[in-house]
Amino acid sequence: MSTELVLDGLSLTYPGASQPAVADLDIGVTPGSMVALLGPSGCGKTTTMKMIAGLLTPTSGDVRFDGESMVGVRPERRPVAMVFQKSLLFPHMTVRENVGFGLKVRKVPNSEIRMRVEEFLELVRLPGMADRRVGELSGGQEQRISLARALIVSPKILLLDEPLSALDANLRIEMRDLIRSVQEELDLTAVFVTHDQEEAVVLADRIALILDGRLQQYAEAADFYQRPASVRVARFFGTDNLVEGRFVRGCFESALGTFEVEGVAPDGPSVLAVRQEAVGLGPGPNQIDGTVDRTLYVGTHLRVWLRAGGTQLQCTVDPTAGVRTGEPLTVHIPPQHCWALPVEETS
Amino acid sequence: MATTTHETPAVRASRRLSLGLLLLGLLAPLVPLVIWAVAGEWRYPDLLPASYSTRPVQFLMSPQSRVVEGLTNSAIIAVSVAMIASAIGAAAGRALGLYGFRGKRLVQFLLLSPVIVPPVAATLGIHVAFIRLGLANSLTGVTLVHLIPTIPYVTLVMSSVYANYDRAYEDQARVLGASGWLAFRRVTLPQIFPGLAVAGLFAFIISWSEYLLTLVIGGGRVQTLPLLLFAFLRGNDNAIGAVLSLAFIAPALLLLLVTSKYLSGSSTTAGFGKL
Repeated sequence: MSTELVLDGLSLTYPGASQPAVADLDIGVTPGSMVALLGPSGCGKTTTMKMIAGLLTPTSGDVRFDGESMVGVRPERRPVAMVFQKSLLFPHMTVRENVGFGLKVRKVPNSEIRMRVEEFLELVRLPGMADRRVGELSGGQEQRISLARALIVSPKILLLDEPLSALDANLRIEMRDLIRSVQEELDLTAVFVTHDQEEAVVLADRIALILDGRLQQYAEAADFYQRPASVRVARFFGTDNLVEGRFVRGCFESALGTFEVEGVAPDGPSVLAVRQEAVGLGPGPNQIDGTVDRTLYVGTHLRVWLRAGGTQLQCTVDPTAGVRTGEPLTVHIPPQHCWALPVEETS
Repeated sequence: MATTTHETPAVRASRRLSLGLLLLGLLAPLVPLVIWAVAGEWRYPDLLPASYSTRPVQFLMSPQSRVVEGLTNSAIIAVSVAMIASAIGAAAGRALGLYGFRGKRLVQFLLLSPVIVPPVAATLGIHVAFIRLGLANSLTGVTLVHLIPTIPYVTLVMSSVYANYDRAYEDQARVLGASGWLAFRRVTLPQIFPGLAVAGLFAFIISWSEYLLTLVIGGGRVQTLPLLLFAFLRGNDNAIGAVLSLAFIAPALLLLLVTSKYLSGSSTTAGFGKL
């Protein structure tokens, strides 16, 4: 029923640019699932979306829907619909004309358009809005009507380009839930672009992290926290403790001490990624004794900068644990939270 | 973009006042013309004519005045010029307003050149070419030559209209299933139409009042209203000059009033801002 989307070695270099905007992207989206293209602005994620929609032609590589190549197929002939960051409601049309636009250009009879418009306005929980003018709507309403306008054409693949970033915090959660429920209800394959890590984690089945036009890691959300593919990925996902050291006979040796690590790593230089919330108070495996450099109270927990072996380790502890600046502190890192990464040249 | 405006009474009042002043300034000079058009005998220092006559109006309608012929020619030429210049200027304006390309600044400069270079200089050269092509002394030739001063205006207005237009609307229409042409017609055209209407009006008025180009290329065979007007103004008959002037002004004024709704549109003022 739903469609599989495959990006195969997708690349695009804009005319006159020295660097490709998107380079060699391989992403497979299973039918009916939702994938987030995550990355900072200018990383090439919107360019990727436009190539899927057919608004841009890739320099090389392929976009396939259910195994069928879409390169050279014009946007209006692809079974996709796209919602942009701005709602882009046509200002000279009513809500009804906007939502019905995709059916009108497909020459669907007016009586049927009327029915379907009502149906889709109900789907986005805006019944009875059909005769409003575009200028009379709030930002959240505009975005939902824009979604209805995309869904009414029965796309096989739904593309969402930062659909939430123009909204207020509370509207954002509402719209996020709406998008997810509609996507599941209509069993759509969906790809959305975002620069918001949390949005990607909450909304997507899988996340593709793109930095500088290149795919860094394509995995489920938990993997980005527990098993980042590189130091860059770990940094992007807020893993603050990146301890440099080297592997000797299966153990990680560094200024902080010798660590037991889950999994096998070859001997040689390496970086150990430890999330600050994985650091436990008190003695235990991979124990570290140090002094508290600085603390920061952030409400739900206390951030602690621990000085040990001439380097710093960040951890989060319970605010009631009585950790004070200048005092000695013993912590430990369970081996399953130690993730070894290859060393990379720092930029 | 045309958003709904919520004005305070003060803003509304001042807007009405300025509109009133504008209309007064525009229409007041026409009053003596209207009086002259129906005057029989009107000597200094009388405030109003001593007698009235239908002679000037009768002259206007008579075939030997050639006014009907001139009016028809002027209308055919000006309407054709407005349409052709709008089409070409809209396309060129789109290219300049929406896309970046190599040599864009040169194109912009060359577009302005017909406005900068004295038209006589260019026209004499064009005349020679038109004679060879058999376009001289013809309605087609005059229409073509009127495109020289009009296309730059339309292009400049349209390039600023397009510079304020978000091309993403067309992308949105495309991914909803509209072909490129349909996306333009259904989504872009309605949004740029006010600007296009004003640009077309410009082209119409420029062509309507063009004297020199018509004289050279038309060679006196293509009779338009400005040519007639100049001829009769030299004849020193104020009454005849007045009716001709009215016949000359009326259509343009009518068109201006009809499109005044668009002239007050914000997208157009934005266009002027860039000129």
